[in-house]
Amino acid sequence: MAENGIGAAVPRTEDHRFLTGTGDYTDDTNLPHQTYAAFVRSTHPHATFTLDTSAAAAAPGVVAVLTGADFAADGKGSLICGWAVTGKDGEPHKAPPHPVLAADTVRHVGDAMAIVVAESARAARDAAEQVEVDYSPLPAVASMREALADGAPQIHAEAPGNLCYDWEIGDRAATDEAFARAHHVTRLDLVNNRLIPNAMEPRAAIGDYNPASGNYTLRLTSQNPHVHRLVLAAFVQIAPEHKLHVIAPDVGGGFGSKIFIYQEETAVLWAAGRIGRPVKWTADRSESFVADAHGRDHESHVELALDADGRFLGLRVSTLANMGAYLSTFASCVPSYLYGTLMQGQYTTGAIYCEVKAVFTNTTPVDALRGAGRPEATYVVERIVDRAAHETGIDPAELRRRNFIPSDAFPYPTQVALEYDSGNYALALDRALELADYAGFDARRAEAGARGKLRGIGLSAYIEACGIAPSQVVGSLGAGVGLWESGGIRFNPTGNVLVYTGSHSHGQGHETTFAQLVSDYLGVPFENVEVVHGDTEKTPFGMGTYGSRSLAVGGSALVKAMDKVIAKGRKIAAFSLEASEEDVEFSGGDFTVAGTDKRMNIAEVAFSAYVPHNYPLDELEPGLEETGFYDPANFTFPAGTHVCEVEVDPETGVTEIVNWVAVDDFGNVINPMIVEGQVHGGVAHGIGQALLEGCTYDAGGQLLTGSFMDYTMPRADDLPDMTVDTTCTPCPHNPLGVKGCGEAGAIAAPAAVMNAVTHALGTSAIDMPATPQAVWRALGSQSQARA
Amino acid sequence: MPVDISLNVNGKAVSAQVEDRTLLVELLRENLRLTGTHVGCDTSQCGACVVHVDGRSVKACTMLARQAQGAAVTTIEGLAEDGKLHPMQEAFRENHGLQCGFCTPGMVMSALDLVARNPDPSGAEVREWLEGNLCRCTGYHNIVKSILAGANAMRGGS
Ligand code: FES
Ligand code: FES
Repeated sequence: MAENGIGAAVPRTEDHRFLTGTGDYTDDTNLPHQTYAAFVRSTHPHATFTLDTSAAAAAPGVVAVLTGADFAADGKGSLICGWAVTGKDGEPHKAPPHPVLAADTVRHVGDAMAIVVAESARAARDAAEQVEVDYSPLPAVASMREALADGAPQIHAEAPGNLCYDWEIGDRAATDEAFARAHHVTRLDLVNNRLIPNAMEPRAAIGDYNPASGNYTLRLTSQNPHVHRLVLAAFVQIAPEHKLHVIAPDVGGGFGSKIFIYQEETAVLWAAGRIGRPVKWTADRSESFVADAHGRDHESHVELALDADGRFLGLRVSTLANMGAYLSTFASCVPSYLYGTLMQGQYTTGAIYCEVKAVFTNTTPVDALRGAGRPEATYVVERIVDRAAHETGIDPAELRRRNFIPSDAFPYPTQVALEYDSGNYALALDRALELADYAGFDARRAEAGARGKLRGIGLSAYIEACGIAPSQVVGSLGAGVGLWESGGIRFNPTGNVLVYTGSHSHGQGHETTFAQLVSDYLGVPFENVEVVHGDTEKTPFGMGTYGSRSLAVGGSALVKAMDKVIAKGRKIAAFSLEASEEDVEFSGGDFTVAGTDKRMNIAEVAFSAYVPHNYPLDELEPGLEETGFYDPANFTFPAGTHVCEVEVDPETGVTEIVNWVAVDDFGNVINPMIVEGQVHGGVAHGIGQALLEGCTYDAGGQLLTGSFMDYTMPRADDLPDMTVDTTCTPCPHNPLGVKGCGEAGAIAAPAAVMNAVTHALGTSAIDMPATPQAVWRALGSQSQARA
Repeated sequence: MPVDISLNVNGKAVSAQVEDRTLLVELLRENLRLTGTHVGCDTSQCGACVVHVDGRSVKACTMLARQAQGAAVTTIEGLAEDGKLHPMQEAFRENHGLQCGFCTPGMVMSALDLVARNPDPSGAEVREWLEGNLCRCTGYHNIVKSILAGANAMRGGS
């Protein structure tokens, strides 16, 4: 292994600037003549309204107060959902208009009604307070069941009964038949709690307009600057694509929440054009709580049919998924194609049927959050499997092993439209059980019992579909975009390399991992490689970073570009070394001629390519720069087993995680240090969901958890040290054999925690988050039941 | 009412005119353009804004600029000397104690105050100390590891 090559734990290139406070986050920039924006947001979950902006417009320092009426007068469009899900009835989902600024009706607390632009951030905020809003409240509904009930308040005329879609996947008849044959049926009702993403950097945007050129620039916190540009150009029609430059500089975490095209950046960019000066907006955290798309929020009824040997015959899932008040950018595909398609889990379950009703409510829109649909699917599968183990008396590890897809059964076509490419589930399970000393659990439980503590152990054998995604597949399922990725390689005359990627790093360390890849593949010193991302005028069009896709899809695009570079380099070397092209080989940065000692380093080839004094120009083009576009043949399927061990204090209801083991199969790994860090972060997110985080609305649609004082984020002393290990079955269909690692922890962890908690408590009658209060109640109702 | 204040930031004397309500973090970020100190919340919970005031860690979002009159303030920009990272910064780099980097300046500044008070903390003590610092990326595992390594390096360990 080269010192900085593939497989090496190289410290990150980006860290120096972050550690010295010289990162370049959106809010760190101020442009000359910049103004500042503040939004007037609804305090009502559902109301019609009129605005009086006269006092605000006259307030000190105010440059403009712009409303939905102004936006409409400019002929601009509304926000879109980019994925049309077709329901059982063959009709596309209901996607009511999502105004950039609400014109007459607000539908959730935080819905933006006006943008106030002023000379300072304080002046903008002060003036926003002076916009008089005359609300006529309408009945509001926050709960999905109430929203679906007869006579419920109607949120959109376009969506009767507040139903966005009623969707299904799998074979209903075959599943019914499997249940009819069952020896045992396990049933469970599950709530997948609503989460607020809370990347530590709040969203921010600076819009700028140059009247001389007619060009717009948008600098913002985005995971996918080209997608932002496309939507703002083609759908909202702020400016045509070639007149809009989008920059996503250093971004302080995304987790999905910075994929979407929101009201605020759209309004900021438009306002910049209206007033002819830069407009800057930085969310304060209170705004993030109501204006960043939330995640999860499912209610499910699940049934698993088993034969007398404990083999899974059938799985039946019926889910309600909350969409919030409007369909966010990718909201519709999350509880459908990123959820129902994962119900096979790691198992050979013979028949599967999953139906999902997506529901509008008067709450903040819900969209993808770290894992996006796949954590919800794993939660369903791994909770019901565990429950079945306890009901049948079969050890949970043994029951899983008995039903695993065998390692020689790949490629494995699932009952729910996917084809798993590779895996060895028993290997990861065995390794995890060994690292967690599963065999010694009973002794630890007895010891804890002697101390008055309830000890439990929980497994989660998760699977995810990553490397999103084959364009043909997603296109046939209703996606409005292709999900390939781009990569560019530019050799400079002095032999160093610029690497362009359409993916975006907001913590993942692409500047390091991609440089390792390129350095290793092209034999160029690591320090001579610079990775460029996050700028629509620098990189080729790209789809951005989400769904653990950057390396599997973006890295593969770079491989395509590098292969082209090598192919051209071979031609140049052949010409320079006076050999025939077929005899030229490339390895370790050198082009050599077979059977001779002639060699030319790729840096020399690059120099020659830019100084083509004697080139036969009809055969050989100058320059050494290539672009690759990679569209994956399939999803990738990272999988593994996580083991969580907890101790519950029955006196206080406090759950302590005393051990965590993660064994993941991510295929090949380029930087194991970064991969391990991704697992830690994902697990923390999942533990947060399971034990601490829960977004709560009151019945009328007021957000009750609107700050870090009410919404419990995982802190250092809530979390355990983690043991992280990997197994490896390389992905067979991408050139790197990689699968993706960014979401695995968040997918695996919630079920592992809850299986451990329910094991400790001896009851499954508890939902996430298993706060001390919830645990204490579950214990109380149990002892009542016993009394 | 604007007031004139003077203080020392990262070893340099500075003076500025601020409003009564200007926060220390605003003075640092907007007036002095020291943008390494971040703002992650509006309720004094996240710790992205931690700096040192007269040697102690302080949330710069929770202190008025004028309260820093005459004080010595150190921000993340003031740690590296002659381009060489401080041992605590180096420990974060070596132990992958940061991902997106947004919480990082506050984590490092907070860690240094811990080590000043407790040069040889345990992992549990580090976790407890970090109560006022949120990180969404790392799961804290490598932050704890970094701080233990940084403390060790500052004690002269290897
Ligand atoms: S900005 Fe969050 S504590 Fe200061
Ligand atoms: S590294 Fe991103 S919040 Fe800590």
